[in-house]
Amino acid sequence: MSDTSKTSLLALTPRTKQRNAAEKRFRAYGIAAIAVGLMMLMVLVTNIFSRGTGAFQQTFMTVNVELLESKLDKKGNRDLDDIKKVTTFGYNPLIRDAVVAKVEELGIQTDLKAKDLGGILSRNAVGQLREFVIANPDRIGETIEFRFLAQSRVDGYLKGRVHRASIGNDKSISPEQLDLVDQLVDAGVIVKTFNIDFITGADASDQRPEAAGIGVAMLGSLSMMFVVLGLALPIGVAASIYLEEFAPKNRLTDIIEVNISNLAAVPSIVFGILGLAVFINYLHLPTSAPLVGGLVLTLMTLPTIIISTRAALKAVPPSIRDAALGVGASKMQAVFHHVLPLAAPGILTGTIIGLAQALGETAPLLLIGMVGFIASNAPETLADGLLAPNSAMPAQIYEWAKRADPAFYERAWGGIIILLVFLVSMNTLAVILRRRFERRW
Amino acid sequence: MPTLWLVVSLLVLSAAGFVFGRQRAMSSAEGNAKELHSLPSYYGHNVAFTTLLPALGALAIWLLVQPMFIESRISQLIPEELAPDRQTLGLVMSDVGRVAEGLDVAIAKGALSADEAKSLRTELTDVRARLGEVGVALGADVRPEVLEAAQQYRVMSKTGNVLMAVFVAVLALGGFSWSYMQTHKDFRARNVVEKGILSLLILAASLAILTTIGIVLSMFFETINFFKLHNAADFFFGRTWAPNFRGDSELSILPLLWGTLYVSVIALLVAVPVGLFAAVYLSEYANNTVRAFAKPLLEILAGIPTIVYGLFALLTVGPLLVGTFGKGGFLGVEWMAGATSVLTAGVVMGIMLIPFVSSLSDDIINAVPQAMRDGSLGLGATRSETIRQVVLPAALPGIVGAILLAASRAIGETMIVVMGAGAIAKFSGNPLDSMTTITTRIVSQLTGDTDFASPETLVAFALGLSLFVLTLGLNVLALYIVRKYREQYE
Repeated sequence: MSDTSKTSLLALTPRTKQRNAAEKRFRAYGIAAIAVGLMMLMVLVTNIFSRGTGAFQQTFMTVNVELLESKLDKKGNRDLDDIKKVTTFGYNPLIRDAVVAKVEELGIQTDLKAKDLGGILSRNAVGQLREFVIANPDRIGETIEFRFLAQSRVDGYLKGRVHRASIGNDKSISPEQLDLVDQLVDAGVIVKTFNIDFITGADASDQRPEAAGIGVAMLGSLSMMFVVLGLALPIGVAASIYLEEFAPKNRLTDIIEVNISNLAAVPSIVFGILGLAVFINYLHLPTSAPLVGGLVLTLMTLPTIIISTRAALKAVPPSIRDAALGVGASKMQAVFHHVLPLAAPGILTGTIIGLAQALGETAPLLLIGMVGFIASNAPETLADGLLAPNSAMPAQIYEWAKRADPAFYERAWGGIIILLVFLVSMNTLAVILRRRFERRW
Repeated sequence: MPTLWLVVSLLVLSAAGFVFGRQRAMSSAEGNAKELHSLPSYYGHNVAFTTLLPALGALAIWLLVQPMFIESRISQLIPEELAPDRQTLGLVMSDVGRVAEGLDVAIAKGALSADEAKSLRTELTDVRARLGEVGVALGADVRPEVLEAAQQYRVMSKTGNVLMAVFVAVLALGGFSWSYMQTHKDFRARNVVEKGILSLLILAASLAILTTIGIVLSMFFETINFFKLHNAADFFFGRTWAPNFRGDSELSILPLLWGTLYVSVIALLVAVPVGLFAAVYLSEYANNTVRAFAKPLLEILAGIPTIVYGLFALLTVGPLLVGTFGKGGFLGVEWMAGATSVLTAGVVMGIMLIPFVSSLSDDIINAVPQAMRDGSLGLGATRSETIRQVVLPAALPGIVGAILLAASRAIGETMIVVMGAGAIAKFSGNPLDSMTTITTRIVSQLTGDTDFASPETLVAFALGLSLFVLTLGLNVLALYIVRKYREQYE
């Protein structure tokens, strides 16, 4: 008793102090945990943007190319077949001369040979020139101003990725060439501007990172999303309607329900194995086709859509059904005429979220062959879009990340920015739909 | 595109069926809709559905079965000496397919007439050159047997297509006329239509089961094939993973399992403390503003595609770790050789799992009845004491379930480990070592040119099945624990 009699209500006992300190510590752990989580998010986002925005800009050089008749059309009859016989190799001298002429015109002194001068342009330039000539054979003989891509090292130099110190063993670029680039930049001939080709263009081979774009892969993703939407939405809604509104409580429906919740947790790569074994090996559907990708992603998205649709159907109060049944509607009419329209916003929200998930999924696409080749042409017809080999955005990003040239890493991060823009807009749409149409009963 | 036209004409017929069926019903009731058993449009729907659905179903089944049927018939045509085993038979069959396709192209381009294509002989014509002219490149000269098989293939698929069109058309017209004859004012159209719709709904719902069966079967049979070619004891109990495409591989799951579990444990070591404390703070301490701000932000982490995390591991976290622990690094030690390591993948995966753990635990902590907190606080416990001694023990089964679900996600995760963990299969305790996982090996064994007769490819299916069983087991266990816990408070 002597102990307690001495305590005061105003002064804290050591034990209380200790307990209060423990309380504070515990609270601090919680704050620290949230801070860690948010910090990781910030690091991730700043990392993506600081490394990826470069991909949207590209270095270009403007030169005047003289389309020599003696090189491009020796016979002089503008026969397209003859012009087509000139390979890109034959265009090389024209471009080289154009760069030399530009340098001389600006009065820049350099010891570089003509070959090295031409080397500051991308290998893509010849292809670009040849395409132009084939499209406009009547302009052979004229001198035309072209804007060509600079090669990736020059681009990297302007973006601060390539330094004089780091190019010791690099065969693609020399310090002298960089000196020239500096002078050309001062003269305004080499400029770094926004590059729409990254968003709309096709992938390019290992040698030409500066020309690679994500546009074709975007079309591949889009075709897959159409397949997913066209199959997963009707099937998912039909399955949920049955399970939620009609299914009797018995063993079979129990099994179906357990099945669906388990399917939602199956690793995505397993769906890839399923796609490879069933769609490609058994049904002989074409490899790398967006149709197959779409089918695999459909199976993967179905559980998500079913779960959210069932939640939306459950949220419609039974009084709606009772009222419909009360005025003589059949059960089917009550569901399709009254419950389903009321649940539509929720179903739509769930579908959009499921689609966003499918859009970012990569692993199953690796197994059905949507990586490892260069998605170089945009599909021409709708059937081509579904059946011709193509890539998808995440698969294209993975492909770039695997390549050796660091110039591709920038494009991988840039691709991620585009992917995230899609995902953010889809999720925002879902949130807006939910806010706008959500009804509280 | 004959199939497309078939589908289009089916749709047109069924649309016509709707109009005619409705009209017939109305005229049988002499224009008075009240005389009808069902609403007029139900009669229309009845005719339309009976026309369309059986025909479409038959079309789908036919399209699936015909290639398999033709292939088995054609493969009998190929003489034994040309294709001694299954594998070479596959090669020859793909040759046959290519030649048949080439003949089709040649006819479409007008380089060959249909009769010429049928009577083509390798003794008389250089088939490879002829097909080369129209842009169909063949790898080798066409053997007479292959050409004959290809011609047979074309004939069979042509007759097959004609038969299919006839069969589908008969089915559609039969359905049309039968249901049209049935249409009468006393016919219970609504009941029939609703029964039809219900069976469609059931079909959709059973697709989920079909998917599961498909997953299990597709892996199961290939796994059996694998165990025919490879010793099962080596797969389950061996110590090395050394695929060798000349044969004689050692393919054991144990080193891969070790890598998988190591990465997962590191991921959980990051995700569980952070996620759990975040959940506790958000549900017990945070006011509404903080909650409304921090919770969605944390959940963004869960919505980011795994490819982004993979790139983050490969290009940011890996080099950062090498810069710290690697040669010439920040610490001056030489513990890490390359950017890929268990730690790289584990840390990044942990970041991905934070919101997973936190939102699941958040739900579970919120489900603990308020009365239990009030009781504890009323007895004089501080908030943290209440949480530690009352709330968390009550929520423990649910939290364990959440952690198990997170573990199952970690084990099945692919992109982060493919890009961040490395490719070397070994038992090592050093988290800075590069190690490989089950999912990584599945990807590497199944991408590129795969040969479905070699154990090196088939092992991927055995790995996939093991992964499926492992993650499914964890999920079932987690759901069982969560469900059991829920019953305590209801």
